[in-house]
Amino acid sequence: MLALLSILLMALDQRQGVPEPIRYTLAAMVYPIRVVVDFPFEMGNVISRELSGRRRLMAENERLQAQRLLNEARLQKLDALEEENIRLRQLLDSSYDVGKPVLIAPLMRVSLDPYSHLIQIGKGARDSIFHGQPVLDADGIVGQVDKVGPLSAMVRLITDPSHAIPVRVNRNGIRSIAVGTGNLHELKLTNLPNNTDIRAGDLLITSGLGGRFPRGYPVARVKSVTTDPGPPFARVLASPTAALDRLQEVLVVKRDQKAVRLTSTGDKVEPPPGKQPGP
Amino acid sequence: MSVCAPSAARIILLSLLAGLVLTVLPLPMWAKPLRPEWTALILIYWCMALPQRVGVTVAWTVGLLQDVLQGFLLGAHALAFSVAAFLTLKLHRQIRVFPLWQQALSTLLLLLVIRLILLWTRGLIGHPGVDWQYWLPALTGAALWPPLFLGLRAVRRRFQVR
Repeated sequence: MLALLSILLMALDQRQGVPEPIRYTLAAMVYPIRVVVDFPFEMGNVISRELSGRRRLMAENERLQAQRLLNEARLQKLDALEEENIRLRQLLDSSYDVGKPVLIAPLMRVSLDPYSHLIQIGKGARDSIFHGQPVLDADGIVGQVDKVGPLSAMVRLITDPSHAIPVRVNRNGIRSIAVGTGNLHELKLTNLPNNTDIRAGDLLITSGLGGRFPRGYPVARVKSVTTDPGPPFARVLASPTAALDRLQEVLVVKRDQKAVRLTSTGDKVEPPPGKQPGP
Repeated sequence: MSVCAPSAARIILLSLLAGLVLTVLPLPMWAKPLRPEWTALILIYWCMALPQRVGVTVAWTVGLLQDVLQGFLLGAHALAFSVAAFLTLKLHRQIRVFPLWQQALSTLLLLLVIRLILLWTRGLIGHPGVDWQYWLPALTGAALWPPLFLGLRAVRRRFQVR
């Protein structure tokens, strides 16, 4: 009887969505287990932060200051570029889509099914996380939300063998699909003919096709291009720009909201002199 | 016996919860493929020691929890664990009188059955194939059986779980 029930459950789960309420309730029930597992690591973090020496903190502070300066310099330029972009887009009458509001979610240190690339984040339906939401880190796309519980959610990484993400070569706009390989440092580009203009070192960004990932975020950098006259397509491998094996916190992109300006996220950046007023 | 019944249930529940915790505990990269199926081991022990208390239903529930915990297809571990529990219940009279190393061997078989069922479900939902490391947890599980058995038996005797 129970065997039949579990086969039924599996079949339903495979078809997506039907036993979602069951999973949701159970996810709430097992949440304490996750917290218990995560707790010692969290404590370790807190303790090491408390005990870290003054000198290390100062060094870190200095480094961050320097980085901030650099970033601000870059942002100044971005500000001007953004204004220009808005103007041009208005001329073209297309929508303005530069920045998106994000939610910062901590990673829970629990280990999941070892044969698929999943991570657990500490935000769930209570923080309006939903299925299919794109997840980023500071360097690029991480993955998308796969399963949602009330207080936590599971994110499928872009390197999961069952994951594919539409990408575009930043240099010339060639579109392709980056499929996970099951290796945390490798993505595979499919269906690129042998004579495609793609080189090692090319940056791949999200193309926004498919409507799931926002456009223009870095995904991976091409690692190797192997053209073999035999098979019809080139064998192109890329390595994700996001540090998928060293994640600490991730950014979950909110949707169905107005896009925000990248340069006005609370930071008081002096507008560069001679800036054109926005239209 | 009826007096200590709730505490007995609590001990069993606690041990199973500990098994779930061990299942999702982060391990270094090299140790990941070696992680035994803790919940299955503990379930097999209780099915063997107290077949009137722990049976297929408990195994099914624990399996379902593990599915949710690991983000696996809902019901796969539930099915595998209930089959293993069923086999253990059928054979518990024989397994119980085996010497420890023979018990470890029969546990190995049960764990392999679990892995096999999980492999089938993986194949059915179109996951890519697995390598030889996929079978390692069964081996480590069987190797861990003697200490686990002695430990859980000590717990059972200490708390008079019946």
